Amino acid sequence: MDATQLLAQASDVVAAADPAGLMPARQQMALSLGWHIILACFGVAFPAIIFAMHLRGIRRNDPVALNLAKRWGKASAVLFAIGAVSGTVLSFEMGLLWPGLMGTFGDVLGLPFAFEGLAFFLEAIFLGIYLYGWGKMPPKLHLFMVLPMAITGVIGTYCVLAVNAWMNAPVGFDIVGGEVVNIEPWAVLFNQHAFLAFAHMWLAAYMVTGFTIAAVYAVGMLKGRRDRHHRLGFMVPFAFATIAALAQPLAGHFLGHDLAERQPAKLAAFEYADETADGATPLTIGGFYIDGEVKWAIEIPYLSSVASLNSFTEPVPGLDQFPEEDQPPVNFTHYSFQAMVGIGLLLLAAVALYWFLRWRKKDLLENRWFLRFMAVTGLLAMTAMEAGWIATEVGRQPWIVYGVMRTPEAAADHSGGLWGIYGASVLLYGGMTIAAIVILRSMARRWRSGAADLPSPYGPRPLPADGPGEVRECADEKADGANRPTAEQGAAK
Amino acid sequence: MMSLEFAVAAALFAGVVAYAVLGGADFGSGFHDLTAGGARRGAPLRTLIDHSIGPVWEANHVWLIYVLVMWWTGFPESFAATMTTLYVPFVLALVGIVLRGASFAFRKYSETLWQAKLFGVVFATSSVLAPFFLGTIVGALASGRVPADGNGDPWSSWINPTALLTGCISVGTCAFLAATFLTADAARRGENALAAKLRIRSLVVGAGTGIVVFAGLIPIEHDAPTFWDGLTSRAAPVMALSALGGIATLVLLWRGRFGPARLAAVVAVAAVMAGWGIGQYPWVLVDQVSIADGAGARATLQGLLVAVGIAAVIVGPALGYLFYLTQSPEWNGEARGGVEAGEGGSIRRGDSHWSGRLGN
Ligand code: HDD
Ligand code: HEM
Ligand code: HEM
Repeated sequence: MDATQLLAQASDVVAAADPAGLMPARQQMALSLGWHIILACFGVAFPAIIFAMHLRGIRRNDPVALNLAKRWGKASAVLFAIGAVSGTVLSFEMGLLWPGLMGTFGDVLGLPFAFEGLAFFLEAIFLGIYLYGWGKMPPKLHLFMVLPMAITGVIGTYCVLAVNAWMNAPVGFDIVGGEVVNIEPWAVLFNQHAFLAFAHMWLAAYMVTGFTIAAVYAVGMLKGRRDRHHRLGFMVPFAFATIAALAQPLAGHFLGHDLAERQPAKLAAFEYADETADGATPLTIGGFYIDGEVKWAIEIPYLSSVASLNSFTEPVPGLDQFPEEDQPPVNFTHYSFQAMVGIGLLLLAAVALYWFLRWRKKDLLENRWFLRFMAVTGLLAMTAMEAGWIATEVGRQPWIVYGVMRTPEAAADHSGGLWGIYGASVLLYGGMTIAAIVILRSMARRWRSGAADLPSPYGPRPLPADGPGEVRECADEKADGANRPTAEQGAAK
Repeated sequence: MMSLEFAVAAALFAGVVAYAVLGGADFGSGFHDLTAGGARRGAPLRTLIDHSIGPVWEANHVWLIYVLVMWWTGFPESFAATMTTLYVPFVLALVGIVLRGASFAFRKYSETLWQAKLFGVVFATSSVLAPFFLGTIVGALASGRVPADGNGDPWSSWINPTALLTGCISVGTCAFLAATFLTADAARRGENALAAKLRIRSLVVGAGTGIVVFAGLIPIEHDAPTFWDGLTSRAAPVMALSALGGIATLVLLWRGRFGPARLAAVVAVAAVMAGWGIGQYPWVLVDQVSIADGAGARATLQGLLVAVGIAAVIVGPALGYLFYLTQSPEWNGEARGGVEAGEGGSIRRGDSHWSGRLGN
């Protein structure tokens, strides 16, 4: 057999296994979910952080805090808008890309989505009220308009995670003669795994948002902007991020505790357990899994079994116990998992160090290296979160509903032409990312140069000759800023 | 008749009507943004649009999510069948929705005129395209183009007389709603010159849309016979109501009664949508899958009704509060004769406002 024949045969095998539209559909799903989830984190956690800042502003009569809260409100308007539209993409994609899943299990997994929709409604309503309510409502009432968003963030996160947890540990139905019967939608909404997954994701949202905002002010401090505005802008989100970072490894540990029963192949991939050990499985660092074996790795005895099974003796079931077609992509899953855990421990160490030294009366914010590290923590937290998702989702493969439905069965009959859509999506998401960054940076620049309000130029600036009123700027902003004390503007640099 | 399946279908359809009215007015403002003229001439109208839809567009848009979720949970197989058939208009509508939402937010904080123009053009164009493609989906469903097992023809399913016409009707009704809403908003803000211009717009767009809606009935008789039968029998009263609503809107606009005109326009558009729903009853997928056959598990349908009930109790009042606020004098600078006059001054605010307590 010559090489071309071999190749032809190989591609036949691939074609038989996976329809041409499957790979682009997966990539499409990963891109849109991976993009949305970052904005979703802001949707979940930013309102509570803004609330804390705004509350401080009102209770202590602190103009710097009020100003920060107001600016964050405006920045969040941009983030929430693209968060909402990218979420809409997902709800279309559930049907466009995975009709086999939705047609078969739509009425099993749908109820959490219905409650999630409810949460989105409230979020969008109170967002409108809060953002546009500055200066137009009694201040205390206005402040409390941001609270419902922090609560709907909890409900929304829980509901989506309930669906995802169900995909990983399906409950609430039976399959009899190929038919889905005995459907219990409430069992899906309140499935056991969902609560732990929710806690972990919710903390992740606070880490991503808290560290990202703190990073912005860390950069400012590095550039020598050492005023109260920057200090406060750093400390409030950093406090949120600290609590989340301390709790996160614990939450993750509990989330993984039943993995050995729930998804043993995933656990084996996480831990690089190529075969079942004779005693405790060692923790594997580095290395690469090829031909059923992990090569070139460093092993730390016991640790893997201790971390994932709470045991010094039991081994992690090895990959050799699963037929090839039931194994996830091992290397990708493993490295994603380790990246998440590694970053989680690093961030934990960093915040612990900061508060320990602060207790010893040493302020790390004076240390440029610490600030430099803080400047990248936002990106690190995002990386950890994405890695966690990749570990979860890729580790679930080849199943879309674990043990029940394989991913190819769920996919639509799209052709390889789907790659075209994927390419367009890359451009679209890339464009939105760039636009959001450009706009947010321009907002920051204008604020720094003293502009309190950011009216959009809907037309060219009016010439005095045109008389008043030909072209107006955004009046709500304008009027609002007119009453701002000038002292505050000075402080707001 | 009031079966569980029917109740869920009705709740779903109520969401469709709400989206058509609220989301429609939202989309329609893009039509007027697009046709507002050059940067200088169009500035007052664009500013008004920004004010009017800024606080509400995200909430209006959640109706679509509500509809999709109710659909895939309540009638999962028909949802999958529709998605595998009509993916082209779905993707195009989706692109429109994404681009318009994002660029609307970007435009609001644009620094330079060229940025504002760029995002403005994207916002306006995609606001016209999205309702067109959503409309073609309605037409494709109503004319029975989606087979029960899905995977219908990706092109002829929506490139046909009924679907293309419903696409146009959808753009028209959106523009009509937006025009009447914006006219009333401009008048309420005391921007009389703008209100006068918008009044003419509303009259023209309203008359045009009315003609398209009723001209659209002509091809339906042959292209979508089942739907036609429903329209001309069961749905005849609501279609008549819609005609009345449309005429009433025009008369009220003509006489300068902008507030009531808004209400009449809502009735007209809601009645057109109701006409679709009643016309195609009892089918989810016309001639293929009925409401009773297409429904999912009973326990799930009950769960959905619980969710809808909770939504009515919690979301309803919250939504009402948002709309109430956006119409209140405090949010419109009404007290001092419009935003314009208030530019350098201030929005009316109570003594309790924080800025008052900061010692300035
Ligand atoms: C800032 C983000 C972040 C950080 C620092 C961590 N994680 Fe995580 N992890 C996530 C963000 C995340 C996530 C992206 O949010 C996931 C994906 C699904 C989920 O519910 O959470 C996740 C999933 C996830 C899973 C997969 C569960 C499954 O597939 O069923 C396990 C076992 C852990 N995590 C464990 C940990 C441990 C032991 C950590 C210790 C440092 C840790 N995570 C830090
Ligand atoms: C919480 C709700 C989520 C749900 C309901 C969900 C659902 C899905 C579905 C239906 C698929 C396609 C089927 C499959 O490949 O198995 C998928 C795949 C995927 N998702 Fe998720 N997902 C969620 C969150 C996320 C997030 C936040 C990410 C972020 C990175 C993510 C990353 C991925 C990836 C990488 C794939 C492709 C896996 C592969 O095919 O190899 N998921 N998810
Ligand atoms: C862990 C995963 C997820 C979390 C925590 C999450 C959270 C959120 C939040 C907080 C928002 C509001 C965005 C904003 O206003 O900034 C949002 C929007 C949205 N999300 Fe997600 N999401 C997740 C995954 C998903 C998935 C898998 C889907 C669908 C399959 C989805 C569908 C949507 C939709 C449709 C919206 C838009 C709603 C609107 O118009 O406001 N999300 N999500």
